[in-house]
Amino acid sequence: MKPAPFRYVAARTVEQALQLKAEFGDEARFLAGGQSLVPTMNFRLTQPAMLIDVNPLAELAGVETRAGDRIRIGALTRYRDLERDPATARNLPLIHEALPHIAHPQIRNRGTIGGNLAHADPASEMPAIVVALGGRLRAQSQKGERWIEAADFFVGALTTALEADEMLMEVELPTAPARSGACFIEVSRRRGDFALIGVAATIRLDEEGRCAEARIGLCNAGEVPIFAAEASESIAGRAVGAAEIKQAADLVQGAIDPGGSVHASKEYQRHLAGVLTARALATAVQRAEQAA
Amino acid sequence: MSTETHDITVTVNGTPYRRQVEARLLLSDFLRHDLLLAGTHVGCEHGVCGACTILFDGVPTRSCLMFAAQADGHAIATVEGLATDRDHLHPLQEAMRDCHGLQCGYCTPGILMTMKVFLEETPSPDEAQIREALSGNLCRCTGYQHIVEAVQLAAERLRR
Repeated sequence: MKPAPFRYVAARTVEQALQLKAEFGDEARFLAGGQSLVPTMNFRLTQPAMLIDVNPLAELAGVETRAGDRIRIGALTRYRDLERDPATARNLPLIHEALPHIAHPQIRNRGTIGGNLAHADPASEMPAIVVALGGRLRAQSQKGERWIEAADFFVGALTTALEADEMLMEVELPTAPARSGACFIEVSRRRGDFALIGVAATIRLDEEGRCAEARIGLCNAGEVPIFAAEASESIAGRAVGAAEIKQAADLVQGAIDPGGSVHASKEYQRHLAGVLTARALATAVQRAEQAA
Repeated sequence: MSTETHDITVTVNGTPYRRQVEARLLLSDFLRHDLLLAGTHVGCEHGVCGACTILFDGVPTRSCLMFAAQADGHAIATVEGLATDRDHLHPLQEAMRDCHGLQCGYCTPGILMTMKVFLEETPSPDEAQIREALSGNLCRCTGYQHIVEAVQLAAERLRR
């Protein structure tokens, strides 16, 4: 299987990349790591007329801490670099824990956070994490830039809120606050496979040890990465014990609509979502208590 | 059908090559068909099996998920460049032979290129680290046990 013919341009500047995207619109695709796009091209599921290679645009890569509590990650930042970045391990423990689950080492060597997010596969880990963390994403076109909340960015399976002339430039995430804990956990058939279900949970405790805020995200639990709002809110303001965790897990099970596949039935995915939510919350609470 | 072509200069195993390539030519096919370096194997062509793993600027990468045009100005290492000469295999190759780390050999080039960098970065790996590093390379023959043993033996010999 080989890709259909296309035009290829290695972008020299961001302006040139945006100008080409404005000109070719949906017929053009940005090529970053290519670890999701190229397989679909090899299968001819995707047949873009034009590939705009953004790999030469080194200014799109890098991790930057802003004003203490926000972190910006450039769209072209490769997962291998995030995985090896001590600041990411410290400030974004959820991402640090999830990275080894994202495909295989060779894929992470090339794959980028921006490409992963713009591909918008609901089974993928990073979209669920960005939604769980309440991040936002910066889109740029020739007309200007805008910030899109993560919750509004993923509009359907493989579909984002990006317009045909826009490029995803960076993602901004909140730094893990004091007295907080995070946990990412997933079950897959083999190491590196897509998760049957994955859960990303964060908990922040108040000074009395009660939950000040909880956020729970899920991958492969529906058409888009899921933020389990009701389950997250059910824990807030309470001391989190077994009963609270059980209730949140039940709420998650009721809130999701997993697709089912040859690897796992809908029923099994729903069961797994409950089990993993409970485990992720228990671990996140434990970690928050240790950090307090 | 468009047959847009690009002039590229690529260094493979230290040798510079200038070629004209079609935009859609995969790097794996460029190595095999244009440069006749057929040691890089092609299994799934969608990034799952790892047989096509090469080093792109020193980093293990799936050559089936890149286009030859993207390699312009970059350095590539393939399994053909691993041994110093015909009589002196790389310690990883020696260890794979000594431990029966291959049967049909189809996955072997991808495993060798992946493990070469892994052992440079992790000179004293434990078994779990080796298995994690091998997770992106499928082998239908060995059940992995002998590959893990080969990597352990190669690590030991490389540390000497």
